[in-house]
Amino acid sequence: MPGSLTRDAITIALVTGVLVWVLPLIIGTYTLTVLVIYGMLALSLGLIWGFGGILCFGQAAFFGLGAYAYAISAINIGESTLPMFLAVLVPAAFAALLGAMMFYGRLGDVYLGVITLVVTLILFKTVNSTAGPQYAIGNARLGGFNGIPGFPTLNVPGLPDAYIWGDGYFYVCAALLGLVYMLVTALLRSSFGRVAVGIRENETRMSLMGYDVRARKTVMFAIGAAIAGLAGALFANWAEIVTPSLFSLGQSAEIIIWCIVGGLGTRLGPVLGAAGLAYLKFLLGQQALIDNALVTGLVLVLFVLFLPKGIVPALSGLWNFGFVRWRLPGHIHQRRRPRGRERTRNG
Amino acid sequence: MDLYAVVLVEMLYGVASLVLISAGLAVVFGMIKVINLAHGEFMMMGGYATITAVNLGVNVFVAMLVIAPVAVGLIGLVVERLVIRHLYGRLVDTMLATWGLSLFFIGLVTMVFGNTTTGISTPIPGFAIGDYQVNGYNFFIILVSASLLVVMLSVLKGTRSGLIARGTMQRPDMAAALGYNPDRINMATFFCGSALSGLAGAVLAPLVGLVPTSGGAYIAKAFITVIAGGPSLIAGLLSSASLFGAVNQIFTFAISPVVGEVALLVAAVVLLRVLPKGVTGTFFKGRP
Repeated sequence: MPGSLTRDAITIALVTGVLVWVLPLIIGTYTLTVLVIYGMLALSLGLIWGFGGILCFGQAAFFGLGAYAYAISAINIGESTLPMFLAVLVPAAFAALLGAMMFYGRLGDVYLGVITLVVTLILFKTVNSTAGPQYAIGNARLGGFNGIPGFPTLNVPGLPDAYIWGDGYFYVCAALLGLVYMLVTALLRSSFGRVAVGIRENETRMSLMGYDVRARKTVMFAIGAAIAGLAGALFANWAEIVTPSLFSLGQSAEIIIWCIVGGLGTRLGPVLGAAGLAYLKFLLGQQALIDNALVTGLVLVLFVLFLPKGIVPALSGLWNFGFVRWRLPGHIHQRRRPRGRERTRNG
Repeated sequence: MDLYAVVLVEMLYGVASLVLISAGLAVVFGMIKVINLAHGEFMMMGGYATITAVNLGVNVFVAMLVIAPVAVGLIGLVVERLVIRHLYGRLVDTMLATWGLSLFFIGLVTMVFGNTTTGISTPIPGFAIGDYQVNGYNFFIILVSASLLVVMLSVLKGTRSGLIARGTMQRPDMAAALGYNPDRINMATFFCGSALSGLAGAVLAPLVGLVPTSGGAYIAKAFITVIAGGPSLIAGLLSSASLFGAVNQIFTFAISPVVGEVALLVAAVVLLRVLPKGVTGTFFKGRP
């Protein structure tokens, strides 16, 4: 990543500001809010998968945990400031435990996928079966399949009666997404982020260099879960109800699809992928001719087959190629030709 | 005494249904190292194939044991040629692509059959052991699973095509050097795996109300059974299915069906943590 962190921060703030100003002119803020929330959720998986190399099939578990943690604590406390923090901390703590169990056991890629998927299912089945008054945490009844409605939504910190909703809520979500994006950028610029990318590229080499791969992966996993938890709490506020379907496999699948389509190993890709595909789904939901799942599935298959790197890396590759060719037409030829000749001579 | 007999039958049934659910996935994963996340949807389509055939007046056993496997096998063949063929050796990519396929099939079946529950009645009546009523169809499922295992074992160990398939699984380059086309063998293996999924879906169809999304109920169980079983195809399938089936049924009887399901999943997580190579990767090395 060239340039300095300050320059990145200014760029992010400017782009966020312009988008927040322009987009409500095109799409309603109610829809935009959920696109922003999905963008944050996709960014959480994009961070741990694209930069940390951890393929988590159950990112929805943390999303749902965040939403449930918010709803339950908001009912018990009666205002929203502390619940927002709990919604970040609970999934992070859960992910730290789960991650420690998996990474200290040195489990491979496939097993990681299976375990995260199974944990999501356990949460789904457990929460789904908690109908009835005996399942309650404090004043909050878990409600089984029907979920928890009617919890206090976001309010201005310190003023429990000043609810933030409508356009105001959209601005809060957009600002939080910009903030998270900036934090992710800072994280990736720090030595922790560089080592994480190193672990993604070659785990053995990094551990031979003396880095504690297991602890670093666990921390990375927990950070991803914290972001997903925040997105979950924001989603709970937007939907004003939490249901077990937040934990479902379909939700997990969608997060993975957003990341694949947008582009792994980028920060912008997952956000764009999530917003784009969620908007596509919203548009498809308004007609009855073609089923939604059919289109989503087809998009995933086609991307895996033809554009496995995703949209953003493909476009930026194209841009760099065209830009460099236009600027320095001779340079590439001079650099490439000897390399090719060398290879044929040696081979 | 009667209770123990009933519990025993239920346990056997639990193990048998896990074997049935996982067999197709185990063949595809064990032989050609592709994790087919559309497995549950293949089963669902097997169920729909059966119901459609029965409604057209075909005998229910012919529909279940012949029509459904062939129909789903052919769908699998098309999928293999169009998608899977390009992704051999890229495990994560095959998982993602087949996940996409599973969504695609859910959408397709919803458009064709509608988002409503369909079903057929069980063709075998129940009977009583002492004071307890037992579902006669459970015995049919146990029978089908047992004969499935015997057939798979004898095909893999006893026939020439089984030998070629196992050889290709170990060293595709050697098989190719000896004149066998790995591409064709992979195609045939995927056809067999899909047909097994279709068979499983068809046999289980009378027990469940079928909706386009019912594949999701199977995929996780099949997935963990196969992964926990480890590299040996049949020994792994049998050992992990016995373990999970027993855990599931014991907790179902002791507490409730939901706790049984959750106990199965927790057992899978613990097992994978303790034996990350699967049961057969640790204990029975080198058996098919």
